[in-house]
Amino acid sequence: MRVWLSDQEYATLQAACGQMMPSGTGGPGADEAGVADYIDSLLGAFTFDPPRIWAGGPSSGRHGGAARFGDFIPLSRLDELAWRMRIEGSQGVPEREFNGPVIGLQQRYRDGLAALGADFVDVDGKEQRRRLRGDDDFREMLWEHCCEGMYGAPEYGGNRDGIGWSYIGVEGDVQPRGYSDAEVSEP
Amino acid sequence: MSAAAAAADADAIVIGSGPGGATVAEVLTRAGWSVVIMEKGRNHLLDPEDPTRPAGDYSNDEIKFVSRYFLGPDPLVEPRAFRRNAGEGEHTHVGEVNSIPTTVGGGGTHADGKVPRFREEDFRLHSMLGPQPGAHVEDWPLDYEELEPFYAEVERAIGVAGRAGANPFAAWRSGPYPMPPGAPMYGAVLSSAAAETIGLHPYEAPTAANSIAYAGRPACNNCGFCAFFGCPIHAKGDPVALLTKAMATGRAQLMSETFVSRILTDGRRATGVEYIDADGATHTMDAGVVVVAGGAIETPRLLLLSGLDHPALGRHLMVHFQTIVVGHFPGLRLHPQKGRSVTHVHDDAMVQDDAARAAAAEAGLPWIRGGLVEHSGGGLPIMSARHSPWGRAHAQAMIDGDLREHMWAFIMQGEDLPYATNTVDLSPSIRDARGYPVARVTYEPGAHEMAASKHHGTILQSVLEEMGAQYVIHTSSPGVSYHGIGATPVPESRHVIGTARMGDNPDTAVCDRWGRVHAFDNVIVADSSVFVTASGYGPTLTLVALAARAAHHLAGTKPTGPVEGDSGDPADAAADSTS
Repeated sequence: MRVWLSDQEYATLQAACGQMMPSGTGGPGADEAGVADYIDSLLGAFTFDPPRIWAGGPSSGRHGGAARFGDFIPLSRLDELAWRMRIEGSQGVPEREFNGPVIGLQQRYRDGLAALGADFVDVDGKEQRRRLRGDDDFREMLWEHCCEGMYGAPEYGGNRDGIGWSYIGVEGDVQPRGYSDAEVSEP
Repeated sequence: MSAAAAAADADAIVIGSGPGGATVAEVLTRAGWSVVIMEKGRNHLLDPEDPTRPAGDYSNDEIKFVSRYFLGPDPLVEPRAFRRNAGEGEHTHVGEVNSIPTTVGGGGTHADGKVPRFREEDFRLHSMLGPQPGAHVEDWPLDYEELEPFYAEVERAIGVAGRAGANPFAAWRSGPYPMPPGAPMYGAVLSSAAAETIGLHPYEAPTAANSIAYAGRPACNNCGFCAFFGCPIHAKGDPVALLTKAMATGRAQLMSETFVSRILTDGRRATGVEYIDADGATHTMDAGVVVVAGGAIETPRLLLLSGLDHPALGRHLMVHFQTIVVGHFPGLRLHPQKGRSVTHVHDDAMVQDDAARAAAAEAGLPWIRGGLVEHSGGGLPIMSARHSPWGRAHAQAMIDGDLREHMWAFIMQGEDLPYATNTVDLSPSIRDARGYPVARVTYEPGAHEMAASKHHGTILQSVLEEMGAQYVIHTSSPGVSYHGIGATPVPESRHVIGTARMGDNPDTAVCDRWGRVHAFDNVIVADSSVFVTASGYGPTLTLVALAARAAHHLAGTKPTGPVEGDSGDPADAAADSTS
């Protein structure tokens, strides 16, 4: 489900994520895991109530217990200030500029995706990778979020059906089941 | 209680709800005092309706805890400034610097719970080993014998799993650990065997995570989310056990999202505090005693914001210089995600031997000391993915799992020496979201830390080779030039120590031997700020024992012995838990 990005931006993001984590390479690609959806959900976190910043706890229901990860935790006044600064940027609001202007993730993505070019989805993979290599700051931010979107809890919008965990043989969250002493100590 | 205390809103205000503050609150409320605990972070630890139960917010969630600052502080609204030395100008970095969680439970929430005691010589370093050039190495104003009853009391209170006698270098103890050790991690079994082969002495890490049901809290279920994470089931006892005991007396009030901006004073006495609530409104509260337990960065910050002027305040910051030695084991599957993060450690680098003396001499130093060495495994999925390649090689790299399944590491928490030039002060320009100057950390390791890291890192490298490593990487935090890896100058260590040192001389020490600020009759520091030297052991249990000692001194009480009916024998405790 599209949350914040425009159609053009989303398509560019999806193609960029596909280069970071391509399909058909022995594991799921970013497309199968919904990595672009994870990033779009982060950028649009404040379109939800409560904002989709911190998933709930203590269990996801995947290993017993109640399925609570989907109950996102409400933010305090200070939490909301921090996350609006991080996502939206300071935008000239004095309350957000106590240490100077802050460029938010929304702007960084909007600028970074635009810099990849309006034709990014149409050029071949080699050219897409060349353009991604040309902007270290954007690519490093994108990579960080790709990793979260592939290997973080599915409730944040990525790692669809736990596909990022299953292909590398991890279970992700394990509460309340945990592991037995034998599983800890034996090969 | 004094007349001043009788007229106050509380007998004591405790600033900070981490291990030190929680300990003071527990001891004072047990003695009948009314205590208000002010914590600037949120309460994700205790159920507001029933503080003996978890709040239910903690979870096995790498995004929440590692990527999104769930335990705080968020560096956008509560940043710190950093520089290596004054020659670098006002600062070179603003953001996360040695961050300890800003939340109810403080640093105890994110720690993996290793709680070793110090040894006798840690309190008498100057007497036993002598001075170091450029460092203010001094003896503490108390010794191990004086602190031992408090160590024993707090080990029982928080619940420590361990095995007396397992560590041949350990200080004497008046009784056994309250619980037997938990399940050893597979990788630690292998690394311990390799360490023993080359003559080292690994042992089960004393850990404040229940190996059996204890004091109403369940046994750890080995979920693996210890370091960096809050425990969803309250198997980690520090400081939840102390906070819940304090709350159960009915004499403690916990005020979360409450930022203390200033200690109010009248001559030599504190009269209370000024604080800002969750809505940003400013208030004051009176108290008979003010206890500061914000950690060795936030405590000096608050004392400076309160106008305390002392030449040693903020000086002698120590962080534990971390030596990190990582081995690659393609033939082993070490499953480090199962278990308590660290189940084995060794202390050999804290002991003087001929090789250490030779390394010191080669470096032109009178002596070197390393620190506790943690045996630990690889990263969680997101952490390891970030260090994997992007593009077509990514999926196979993650399947191979070199940074998860096939990696084992030693982290040595090397003893930092107290240098007057390593400091915490107020940033001239950077503010927090409330408008107050943030702490500025000025820190760089000295010749001692570099020499100890190089010497002991080489030994640790040989252990991993003995274990079968295909290759070994030796690095450190902060990064230093001799290995060329990890060049970031901001230390990763969350052990912050020594910025309001204790001592009998009010001209050279900020606090007296009881943690009382010399300049005031009723302001107590109850965290690792008061340490005179850092040792190479994690500071938590020692700061908790010191906090208990300070609180008992305030209340005129003594540490308690074993609970009646409790033999103190872990075997009995294990039998009780299953009966």
